[in-house]
Amino acid sequence: MTLSFEAAYARLEEILEKINSGKLALDESLQLFEEADKIIVLCSKKLSEAEQRIEVLLKNREGELIINVEGKPQTQDFQTRGS
Amino acid sequence: MTVQPSAQRAFLTVAQLTHAIKNTLEQTFSVVSVQGEVSNLKEQSSGHIYFTLKDREAQISCVLFKGNARQLSRLPKDGDQIIVRAELTVYALRGNYQLLVRTIEFSGVGELLLRFQELKTKLQVRGWFDPARKRPLPKFPKVIGVVTSPTGAVIQDILTVLKRRVVGFHLILNPVKVQGDGAKEEIARAIEEFNRFALADILIVGRGGGSIEDLFAFNEEIVAHAIFHSAIPIISAIGHETDFSIADFVADVRAPTPSAAAEIAMQETARHVDFLKNCQKRLHQMLFSRIREEKRRLEGFTHQPALSSCYAILGSYLQKMDDAAAGLQRALTQKLMIKRTQLTAIEKQLKSLRPHILIEFEKEKLLRLKKQLTLRMSQLFFEKKEAFKKLISHLKALDPKNLLSKGYCLLFAEKDHSVILSSRDVEQSQKVSIRLHDGKLTAKIAHIEHL
Repeated sequence: MTLSFEAAYARLEEILEKINSGKLALDESLQLFEEADKIIVLCSKKLSEAEQRIEVLLKNREGELIINVEGKPQTQDFQTRGS
Repeated sequence: MTVQPSAQRAFLTVAQLTHAIKNTLEQTFSVVSVQGEVSNLKEQSSGHIYFTLKDREAQISCVLFKGNARQLSRLPKDGDQIIVRAELTVYALRGNYQLLVRTIEFSGVGELLLRFQELKTKLQVRGWFDPARKRPLPKFPKVIGVVTSPTGAVIQDILTVLKRRVVGFHLILNPVKVQGDGAKEEIARAIEEFNRFALADILIVGRGGGSIEDLFAFNEEIVAHAIFHSAIPIISAIGHETDFSIADFVADVRAPTPSAAAEIAMQETARHVDFLKNCQKRLHQMLFSRIREEKRRLEGFTHQPALSSCYAILGSYLQKMDDAAAGLQRALTQKLMIKRTQLTAIEKQLKSLRPHILIEFEKEKLLRLKKQLTLRMSQLFFEKKEAFKKLISHLKALDPKNLLSKGYCLLFAEKDHSVILSSRDVEQSQKVSIRLHDGKLTAKIAHIEHL
């Protein structure tokens, strides 16, 4: 989606207002419903596109980060309580 | 007791000196109150506790025996600022001295508060708490860095909130000690590491509630320094809501609790999620109410008399159709009657012609003709028969046998029975047969004379 959140939200508000006015033909209303639904789905997807990842940095005995071959700190999945 | 080297022996034994020191020190410092920070604390399996009491310039060994320890309301731990009431003892066997601790007063708090105030004033003057220099938090942080203990409640509280509030998130924990020796260095270093490797776009630095001593790592200048110089915006969440630390003042946002820190980090995302959920809810409500409304309107129409029955609209057409049908039937009946009349007339005409009589007449005629024909035929037959008889008698008259009886004869060549018709057909002395009407003769040609 190239639409920014601001633009998307402005469009959503606009659609809601239009539909709420009750002046639209049913066909037009349904078309707008569809458009609004699409925007909501896309925005929600964009907001939660990150997969849930919980990592912990690994350290050696001296408390220094362990750096991998790519020069990045090594991590492992963090075991959350109860999981 | 004074120790004087004897005239004969110009030296002391170790034991003599040690005992002299022991006596001097133990008498002089039989009851002392000493203030310092606890470090290297070790509790032996015997239940006795050994630690070092130190300040910036010096340190002294302390021992807290089990019996005394049991009477304390709270046991010391590393980093605690305490005042011990103790007596100095010299342990001759090792040649060292130590404080034999009787009671402990945790009155280091005053000292800590003093240091806290000093640092706070110092950093305030530097402008480190200036609201103008606080950085805005990223709206949609992709990676949340957390600096806290991996085993404490803080990380769990943060995760609980994040899992509840947002669908997907990426969190990296930099595990550190949050109290005791080395805690402040680890915390400062962890913040620096997040920056050095650009691992996160928002940081939460926190620990749970505790005494002022517990929280003191977050009041150290080294930690304040790391927070101030972090390029990544930092939310602090240290202790309870009522506890304020230097770290809280320097951080970009101070959260009252770790859970609140997580809420703040994701508040924009959560706000968007809420907004979208709300939009969807409103949209669906509108859709349903619109559908209900349209349904009601439709029902309204169908209940109008004009639409309640099809006859209202189609009645006149139906009537017209009925009329047309009746007309059609009438016309057809009429036409049929005319045709029927015509048919009857033709039938009558036909009857009046009496064809069977005609046929009878013709039949008789035919019969008559047949009779005539038969008669004619038999007459003809008779006539022909008579003629035939006459002809046969004529023919009989012409039979050569009949001629022979009247003096004629027939001459045959002997050899081939052929009829001799000419005198030239025979030779001299030729044998010939002669046929008469009642017999046959054989003769020899005696003389030939042509005519």
